[in-house]
Amino acid sequence: MARRSDVPDAPRRSWSTRFDSFQRRIAPYLFISPFFILFAIFGLFPIVFSMYLSLQDWNPIQGLGTMRYIGLENYTWLMGDPWFWRSITNTLFIAFASGLPQHLVAIPLAFALSRGISRLRHPLTATYFLPYITSAVAISLVFQTIFGTQFGILNQALIYLANAPWSAWLFGGMAEGLPVNWLGRAPNIKPAISILVWWQFFGFNVVLYAAGLATIPKDYYEAAEIDGASARQSFFHITLPLLRPMIFFAVTLTIIGNLQLFDQPFILTGGTGGTGQAGMTVAMYLYRTGFEWLEMGTAAAISWLLFLLVGTMTLIHFYFFGRSGLETRD
Amino acid sequence: MKKLLAFTLAASLLAGALAQTVLTVGVFDEFETHLNRVLPQFYELHPDVVVELRALGFGDHHDLLVTNLATGTGAPDVVVLELGYIARFVAEGGLRDLSNPPFEADKYEDLFVDYAWAQGRTEDGRQVAIPADIAPGTLFYRRDHLETTGWGIDEVIESIDSYLDYGRELQDHGVFLVANAASVADGLIRSDIPAGDGIYFGADGQPLLNSERFLHAARVAKVIRDEGLDAEIGAWSSEWFEAFRQGTTATELSGAWLAGHLANWMAPETSGLWGASEMPGEILVSWGGSFWAIPGQTPEAKLDAAWNLVQFLTTNPEIQLEAFRNIDAFPAMPETYDDPMFSEELEFLAGQPARELWATIAERIPGVRTFPGDIIAEEIWGSALGEILNEGRDVQAALDEAQMLIERRVRR
Repeated sequence: MARRSDVPDAPRRSWSTRFDSFQRRIAPYLFISPFFILFAIFGLFPIVFSMYLSLQDWNPIQGLGTMRYIGLENYTWLMGDPWFWRSITNTLFIAFASGLPQHLVAIPLAFALSRGISRLRHPLTATYFLPYITSAVAISLVFQTIFGTQFGILNQALIYLANAPWSAWLFGGMAEGLPVNWLGRAPNIKPAISILVWWQFFGFNVVLYAAGLATIPKDYYEAAEIDGASARQSFFHITLPLLRPMIFFAVTLTIIGNLQLFDQPFILTGGTGGTGQAGMTVAMYLYRTGFEWLEMGTAAAISWLLFLLVGTMTLIHFYFFGRSGLETRD
Repeated sequence: MKKLLAFTLAASLLAGALAQTVLTVGVFDEFETHLNRVLPQFYELHPDVVVELRALGFGDHHDLLVTNLATGTGAPDVVVLELGYIARFVAEGGLRDLSNPPFEADKYEDLFVDYAWAQGRTEDGRQVAIPADIAPGTLFYRRDHLETTGWGIDEVIESIDSYLDYGRELQDHGVFLVANAASVADGLIRSDIPAGDGIYFGADGQPLLNSERFLHAARVAKVIRDEGLDAEIGAWSSEWFEAFRQGTTATELSGAWLAGHLANWMAPETSGLWGASEMPGEILVSWGGSFWAIPGQTPEAKLDAAWNLVQFLTTNPEIQLEAFRNIDAFPAMPETYDDPMFSEELEFLAGQPARELWATIAERIPGVRTFPGDIIAEEIWGSALGEILNEGRDVQAALDEAQMLIERRVRR
């Protein structure tokens, strides 16, 4: 009897075990697949397509059918393009001029905040962070007004400082050059953009460094204090060395972000790059080549060259600071 | 019985809906206002068409259209294009050739001012865009400054030299001649163009950036800048609006449309202080304008309705005048210029019937050919001019380099 009742059960069990092992094998892939599908569509495809596109001559408004394979011509053409090289030097200038001061200000500021009155620490950190989460376009529009030649508040302030009796000894020398045409004269455009970018992002670094400082044990400072170290000494001999991994991380972010600047120079120069393309970054040149001058193939080639630039700069940074930056964590 | 009635009603509605053609129309800013006002008239003529508007901001509208044409999908069935963008679409493709059957747009050529018609025409003679409105170039001037200096406007605009002399006189009164020297240069490069040439390219397609026309324009602008006659203010900046409000600049070269902007929002408090005249030195240029076109991807079944709408919007004098009334779009059809609207005295311009003046200017502006490289050439010229004016670069050297840059791009 027992045997008979076993018979109909046997295939059912094997079916369910088979399904069980099937779903054990497949289900994980099924569950992870949305990521891969979305990544393939929105991540992988554009990367592969832009590489393919960089080898083509294509005017987008004539439709997909008009692509023409031209090999590396886009790249060789860019190598001899004065505007491309100008955009590279512009980008490097702005990246450096806005990036370095960000950290030079953020580190001491974070240190001062962590050691200062704790009641003000969080409101102040939040205030510094605010520009980072504000729309870059809105910020740029406001700065455009601030940088105005005749009616801009920056020039008005400088004119006041140059003429007021109490500050003339310091600022009087610049009266000759006022008002400064911040956004109209080529030599001033990059500094103007750098000021904006510095202001917008140093708060982000303050937050990073504040977090980094929180991980440094208080004991070190106490021990140093007992040994008679000044605040200056504890900053240079305790804070800076132990903050190195965070500095390394923050600088990496700055390099990657600053080399891809687009919104700020785009708005400040009215979308043109300014006099003599003095404010045209690589990302802007890419956009204008593709969408204004309709040379999509060249634009794709620029994007790959920009990728190379970002990669190279990051590698250089890793090579020089990476080991020392990461070692101290051990 | 009731059921049957409901059924027939539903069926007839369905049939009606099936017979209707739905047209999507891509417009920017004020054209939305205009279409919403005139569409009821269009529906009376064509009850079988339903129009859906895709209204976007000025820049977004044109950018999205580029994307639509690139991907071959999603473009509206009918689009409006602004002059600044028309060159890339006219020269590069993506729009239907309206000279061909079933459109045969060429029969309308005589309806429009010559130059506007020419702007919508490709190098090889395909009409891909029909003029919606034009913007005859004009000189706006402050009457109060004219009075304090004791000059007459005819003296000022007699020649470029007299215009500069007026600027020198203004300088003694602490007023700038013009917001930006570049606008004078941009006027000069657009005038005296030989028939068959484009602005930046000769009839043979050769770039002309270091030709005498450009050298002269750059030199005049340089004189203005070097002598401090301009305020060094870029158009559409907050400084520009402020200068209009405070009267720190005495003249401005622009399209006729600037009067509307000044009166409505830029500087309404300066009403009655302004006048309009021809540009100095007999410069005749167009300074803006819009066109209607049908993208290549509009399905065959909708072409009839699309073309009907384009004809309604462009070739109907009543509708052109309506656009003039509603959105200050200056008609492209000379036959509308007899309308009483044109002799109206404009309060903002101290009672001057300036529209008559603009109409006579519009009819005299010569047609200029559009070339594929116009957009990039304009960019390269603007950049060279900026270096000449702001960085003191030598005129000849800067324009030679500009010529080299454009040749490099065109040769590709």
